[in-house]
Amino acid sequence: MSLQRVAIFGATSAIAQAVARQLAAKGVRLHLVGRDPAKLEAVRADIAARGSAGVSVTLADLDETARHAALVEEAEQSLGGAMDAALIAQGTLPDQVACEHDFALAEREILTNFVAPASLATHLANRFAPRGTGRIVAISSVAGDRGRASNYVYGSAKGGLSIFLSGLRARLNATGVGVVTVKPGFVDTPMTAAFKKGLLWAAPEKIAKGIVSAMEHGGAEVYLPWFWWPIMFAIRHLPEAIFVRLKI
Amino acid sequence: MSVRSWGNYPKVEHAAVIPLAWRHEALPKVGGTMLPSGLARSYGDSCLNEGGTLLATRGLDRLIAFDRTTGVLRCEAGMTLGQILALAAPVGWFLPVVPGTSYVTVGGAIANDVHGKNHHLEGTFGAHVRRFELARSDGTRIECAPPTEPALFRATIAGLGLTGLVTWAELRLKRIDSAMFDVETTRMDDLGHFFALTEASAGYEYNVAWVDALAKGKDLGRGLFIRARHSSVAIHPMPEAGARLAMPFDLPAATLNRHSVSLFNALYRARGSRGWQHTHEPYSKYLFPLDGIAHWNRMYGKPGFVQHQSVVPRTDAPLRVRAILEAVAEAGDASFLTVLKVFGDREGAGLLSFPRPGVTLALDLPMRGAATLELLERLDAIVRDAGGAIYPAKDARMSPETFRASFPRWEELERHRDPAFSSSFWRRVTR
Repeated sequence: MSLQRVAIFGATSAIAQAVARQLAAKGVRLHLVGRDPAKLEAVRADIAARGSAGVSVTLADLDETARHAALVEEAEQSLGGAMDAALIAQGTLPDQVACEHDFALAEREILTNFVAPASLATHLANRFAPRGTGRIVAISSVAGDRGRASNYVYGSAKGGLSIFLSGLRARLNATGVGVVTVKPGFVDTPMTAAFKKGLLWAAPEKIAKGIVSAMEHGGAEVYLPWFWWPIMFAIRHLPEAIFVRLKI
Repeated sequence: MSVRSWGNYPKVEHAAVIPLAWRHEALPKVGGTMLPSGLARSYGDSCLNEGGTLLATRGLDRLIAFDRTTGVLRCEAGMTLGQILALAAPVGWFLPVVPGTSYVTVGGAIANDVHGKNHHLEGTFGAHVRRFELARSDGTRIECAPPTEPALFRATIAGLGLTGLVTWAELRLKRIDSAMFDVETTRMDDLGHFFALTEASAGYEYNVAWVDALAKGKDLGRGLFIRARHSSVAIHPMPEAGARLAMPFDLPAATLNRHSVSLFNALYRARGSRGWQHTHEPYSKYLFPLDGIAHWNRMYGKPGFVQHQSVVPRTDAPLRVRAILEAVAEAGDASFLTVLKVFGDREGAGLLSFPRPGVTLALDLPMRGAATLELLERLDAIVRDAGGAIYPAKDARMSPETFRASFPRWEELERHRDPAFSSSFWRRVTR
């Protein structure tokens, strides 16, 4: 499918920016939603100066799920028509140890990484289903495939999102609306600036390429880069008795 | 954290490398000093800050505005020249000055006031910078342009990243009709031939010579002379970039020796013929031939290599260049990226700009410890004696005396330096 109108929720993340650039280069009209005015303006100007077919923005804190219906409505108005695809890209990387000591913090992280994306996906699905077209692409994570001691608050939120999207995909299967769960591995972004980088790390541009391809051609669960599929297959199938003893 | 410059020498440790993602955010608070760091393509230690912090600017790679009718482009300082050309060339705009690699950030190009094969016509990179923003460690932000902040503007261009962090810059691009180049290549017999060819090629936008640094006696200075222009044939669809090769690991240091380099030089020179050979090449192939091989610096192995780029005044240039080439050929050391060019009369745009009227010679030597350092010191003596200068972006070892002789106005830069900014290079040459 050739994309013409795309909305990106959580547009100032490194992966979302890379997606927006690649779409702008293809002449796609973009609507960007983000929370921080200075960051959103920096991204908007970048996309506009790249010669995009048009770019509009809405400032919003996506944790406020009550606004989601209006945000989706506004996106299509700004785009001047039905969107071909939407990317749900907002997310945070929680401080696991802090969350262990303060569940209020964990709750907020689960809201940002699971509840809010699930809400957006629902509003998008209800809008797309009657017309039978459109793709919902959401960024989950390989961390959602199994709960690890070092990262299980984030992992459980992403895991919840993956299962939610899997169910939504099944619900919409007959309508022609696509739902793609993107599961990136380690990505070299400001969110992971503190980590030591190795061979398994990928640049946001590379992940973005996979996302754009998912928007154009569809898919179900997409591991990015692809080599995370066999890795996570192995990790998912390790017996729990062994898994709990691994320091990962 | 260990960070290497392009020459892999020296090897120094940093307290931290902090990635910057947004241009409006305040500079991080650090103990010790900081230095902006782009792609670390400087060869020596001017892009290193041993024991201190590096501010990694590659995340600042957004466009801010690009006026396709006037060619004025404003972007964040971590954007690379290659990214700019990829956007601008297909719509008929080009950077007026580029160095020999496209893997240079705008901030790095400003900090070193880089030059290219068209110096005789366009001067340095800084001459095409209209304005930029400087974030200082005291929290201030200063928009610098020649009319409003002339001193700080001039100190920051070629200021080696020491006056603060350049967050964004506004550049003037030039019109082109095509992203292709018309290139003419011929064999060069000796040094005299180089000067004759330079004179005969004054009407060409770009010219440069590659020298076989192992040739001695009457062959001294032989090589290839290459001149080029932007093609006037209307813009084609951009040619696809060729497959990018990569040097996967450091080669053993012994791979580069006088025999292998001698063989390479003979083969390379054989590409040229007596008369002029005409080719039509995409800009990336002509301007950035080595960019096609990722990590080509690994060719020199673990010990790394050092570059030596000098400029000597034109009057007795033939004599001085000959003396340098003789010293290198005699040492039998294997420089195989040896490049010779005549600079134009335009003054550099910065306080410490390296290009000045004269002849510039760049060579690289595998780092073999004391013997290499002694040879380079001898080369410096020839350059000092001629009243010339050594290029900081390529340097890892010049003495404070050589530096001060090369850049008599260095104390003015010291006065404009942000007190929280420093580099290994700066501490070394201002000792």
